[in-house]
Amino acid sequence: MPNLNTRGALSIRNVTKIYDPEGVNVMAVKDCSMEIAAGEVCMIVGPSGCGKTTLLNAIAGFHSITSGEILLDGELLCGPGKPKADQGAERMVVFQHGALFPWKTLAQNVAYGPRVQGRSSKAEAMEKARDMLAEAGLGNVTEKYPGEVSSGMSRRAEIVRALINDPKVLLLDEPYRAMDALTKSIMHESLLETYDRTKVTIFFIIHDLEEAIFLGDKVHIVTTRPCQLKKTVEVNIPRPRSYQTQSSEEFRHLMEEVNEAVHEEAIKAFQAGERELA
Amino acid sequence: MSQATTAAPQRTTAPTGFSMFIYRLKKSLLTPDPYLTVFGVALWLFTWWLLCEGLRVDRFDKIPGPVAVFSELFSRTPFQGISIFKSEYYEHILVSCQRILIAFGIATGVGVPLGLFMGWSKRIRDYAFPILEMLRPIPILAWVPLSILMFPGFEAPVIFLATLASLFVTTLNTMLGVDSIDEAYFRAAGCLGSSNWDIFKNVVVPGALPFIFTGLQISIGVAWFSLVAAEMVSGDLGLGYLIVDSYMNNVTVPMVIGMITLGFVGWITSVMVRMLGNWLMQWHVKALALQGR
Repeated sequence: MPNLNTRGALSIRNVTKIYDPEGVNVMAVKDCSMEIAAGEVCMIVGPSGCGKTTLLNAIAGFHSITSGEILLDGELLCGPGKPKADQGAERMVVFQHGALFPWKTLAQNVAYGPRVQGRSSKAEAMEKARDMLAEAGLGNVTEKYPGEVSSGMSRRAEIVRALINDPKVLLLDEPYRAMDALTKSIMHESLLETYDRTKVTIFFIIHDLEEAIFLGDKVHIVTTRPCQLKKTVEVNIPRPRSYQTQSSEEFRHLMEEVNEAVHEEAIKAFQAGERELA
Repeated sequence: MSQATTAAPQRTTAPTGFSMFIYRLKKSLLTPDPYLTVFGVALWLFTWWLLCEGLRVDRFDKIPGPVAVFSELFSRTPFQGISIFKSEYYEHILVSCQRILIAFGIATGVGVPLGLFMGWSKRIRDYAFPILEMLRPIPILAWVPLSILMFPGFEAPVIFLATLASLFVTTLNTMLGVDSIDEAYFRAAGCLGSSNWDIFKNVVVPGALPFIFTGLQISIGVAWFSLVAAEMVSGDLGLGYLIVDSYMNNVTVPMVIGMITLGFVGWITSVMVRMLGNWLMQWHVKALALQGR
């Protein structure tokens, strides 16, 4: 299926990140390069604590990088002379443990971005927020606080909060990790549906290999710390995909391929036994 | 089957206002809690009576018992001058409450912003925190001579002393409140395109609010006991003055009345702070309620 999206191409070129906690240098990412095309769903798979989140933090502008460069649509986000990217609404993060503001209702949360960016008035932003929440099936809980709705609903609202800003890239750091399998499958379906509608570039850190293949256009397998690209597996299963896809021959074949690469790294990571970096 | 569904109508919406109050009252009367409270108070009063009036234990016989105190408190012609029918009683309460209002107001007005900025900006914390930490352990009574030298009259030193203790508590709790905010909220706010001021308004302040109100509840208690200490040293009216003045004049019943009144009024102010906090933090109250707390 041709992808007509032209925005949101990420280039990660020779990125190295050295942490310096308590005087000991720890190399989290080493000479890591990845090309992510505009509108691609790119899954990042690797052992726990290998530096995937470090990479995401660098793209989002939460952390600096030591060397290398990251570009978005040809524009430099961070690189030589500018170690830390500016945070901006064209790169929206959906956090591991969820970061909807608990003191704002779902509608207020979603309306927050357009409001502080000065893109629309408060009333307009709230109206659009309610519309978008309703579109995502959250129409009857718009005035509830995140603490009052299920975790599935609040994650979905968080994605809506990201999308209302019309981002180029959606950065997801295992947002569905703590969910039960049933809720998770619903979340994945709704993410795919969102993707089909918006064609936003997705950078998705994930642990579950099956899910990675099910969701992604490409699965990037990275090595254990220091994080480096080990292998890229292309998933050529046409969209829209359904859960039947998972029992196909092609799927199983891909699964084997990914599994082999990841397993090797998992063993290395386990033997190194290093503590995960934040 | 059909019987079961028609028998008990299910409540689908939460009751509001007065009916909510009745609902909660009914529910709480079905639990042992209110009875335990009544029993606890009764037991405490009985022990007090037994020591002072029943058995007249040595040394306790000098202390007025509950019968003496409450008959004096509700007497139209109190033997030792203080009862609920005397205007002086209310004057003492009013004066202390006014001082608390001013002191707590200043402490909150200064302490909360100071704590917020100290929690939010490392630079401000570096400036202010060591000084705060050094001043904090100095007991209020040690400040008495300085405060009398620094401020004119009776009123200003008393209010200064009550403000001081309460200020430290409020500032520290507010600062810790900002520290307690999950980094992810700051990052999310940054991603969404917030300016620093937006982050302050939408993340720092609401995120610290639960801690701020915990701090304010402690701080109003601290304000009361430092106020009383101050009134004992300097002052011409107020509950602290009543207590120490009664002792000096060897009238023990008003002294105990002063203590009980102080406890009661202090409790009410603390409840008011808590109610204000719950009203401001609907999100927090609702989340806790869903956890069954």
